[in-house]
Amino acid sequence: MSCILDPAQSLALRRLLESGLPLLARPYQHLARQIGAEEQQVLAQINQWQQQGLFRRLGLVLNHRALGFTANAMLVLDIPDALIDEVGQRLGREPLVSLCYQRPRRLPQWRYNLFCMVHGRQRERVEAQIAALLEQHLLSDLPYQVLFSTQAFKQCGGRFAPASSGASAHG
Amino acid sequence: MPICAEPYLEMAQALGCSEDQVIACLQRMAGHGRLSRIGPVFEHRRAGASTLAALAVPAERLQQVAERISQYPEVNHNYAREHHYNLWFVLTGPDRPHLQRILDELQADTGLTPLDLPMLTAYRIDLGFALGDAP
Repeated sequence: MSCILDPAQSLALRRLLESGLPLLARPYQHLARQIGAEEQQVLAQINQWQQQGLFRRLGLVLNHRALGFTANAMLVLDIPDALIDEVGQRLGREPLVSLCYQRPRRLPQWRYNLFCMVHGRQRERVEAQIAALLEQHLLSDLPYQVLFSTQAFKQCGGRFAPASSGASAHG
Repeated sequence: MPICAEPYLEMAQALGCSEDQVIACLQRMAGHGRLSRIGPVFEHRRAGASTLAALAVPAERLQQVAERISQYPEVNHNYAREHHYNLWFVLTGPDRPHLQRILDELQADTGLTPLDLPMLTAYRIDLGFALGDAP
């Protein structure tokens, strides 16, 4: 048996992983059968991807809305370019902030270049915490907006693997 | 989660319960919609391309446009938000031209011009949740 998967198998495996592991005692064996490989090959490939940094993490992906985290705020700020890294790093260290990204401005439609996600159970508390955060970091006077979500139409994992593939499913 | 042949058994050993209990608990969580899936969260800069896009949709068309956008397998998050730009979605795909085709298609379909806001720098990516003391 070969230690690595062929390209078609490896693409098929990525697509299966994007859908999630089955709740079976030997989940990787189940995936291996579907791509015509051995369990050990699948584990070796996943370990290799993990070492290469393809994954941010591997584990349970929870639905924060179903868990009561319904106050989902996107805080957007217009930070002078010279300060963006410093401010981004400072806000990124705040426990309240789960994601903190720099994104491009699209003038004149969109002026904001720093995006922070804040999730909570109660809107009023999230609003108060964002206000306190901005004050603490002396950002209250810069242009910013807080966009709360009102409806989730879709929430699932990314689909990166190309759709067309020569891999056939076995079993 | 450990990468091994029997991950639920290892989780059970760490928790001091049986493998069946772990699997039953995860099945319950999935049934209630609290567990979306089990597996890797991909690092999208290595896994392919992604962008955050937004549309300013007239209120009476919001539902219809949102449903159109959710149909794309490349769309993984799609939220209404309180703003002039009221529909926000994340596109992921194998490469940037793939995403551009979808953005162009959406513009032609809806007559609305999407904001295209790919990530430039990540200062924090924390996809885990502290379930206890969040606001």
